[in-house]
Amino acid sequence: MAVSILHRATGMALTFAGLGLLTWWLVAIAGDPSGFATFTKVATHPIGVIVLIGLTWSFFQHLLSGIRHLIMDTGSAFELQTNKTLAIATIVGSLLLTAALWAWLLFGTRA
Amino acid sequence: MSLGDSATPLGKVRGTGSAHAGGEHWLSERVTSIALLLLGLWLIVSLLLLPALDQRTLVEWLRLPSAAVPMALLIIIGFRHALEGMKVVVDDYVHEEGNRFALNTLLLFLSVGGGALALFALARIAFGGGA
Repeated sequence: MAVSILHRATGMALTFAGLGLLTWWLVAIAGDPSGFATFTKVATHPIGVIVLIGLTWSFFQHLLSGIRHLIMDTGSAFELQTNKTLAIATIVGSLLLTAALWAWLLFGTRA
Repeated sequence: MSLGDSATPLGKVRGTGSAHAGGEHWLSERVTSIALLLLGLWLIVSLLLLPALDQRTLVEWLRLPSAAVPMALLIIIGFRHALEGMKVVVDDYVHEEGNRFALNTLLLFLSVGGGALALFALARIAFGGGA
């Protein structure tokens, strides 16, 4: 089903954009303030924020569909209805977790 | 085929997957996924709990062993899991032997190189004197 290909798509997003950004972020923290300012500028630009929201959604989706794959590795949840319910649950769960995370980040009390 | 009927069920299937090998790879991909579940959530929760995300706060945070060690693990296991996952994608979709070898080698170099760069940056933060 669609959730299976989503697992691969989000895995590729996390590999290239996710690990790429993580590495750039660490290099920027280790470097001089101007390099870190460049990172902050890109990360807080509207396009950067959209990419970051996409990455956090990718992380939660990959995490939840990964747990689904681990459950299926045990031989469980192959019944059509159970399988479909779990697949839909990964999408609902990842959207809710992403919304909660960004609500906290954008509207939380932190300055 | 030449194996005949005396071959065991395992002997009949061994080497017939799209990668022709890889029991250890399959298991490692799953074990690293469980580690990353914990480390990924650790990173997100840690960032949410930090008072700010400016350079000074992040440097102070990553100098703590309780932050630097999980971050090092996240880098090593994250790049390894990414490489394992990408290999599955390449093995499934790239059928020409030479292209597959070239792509898998490129991904290996990228992940080892990227992981080394990230670890070096982390070491510089964690052990650095200035900044």
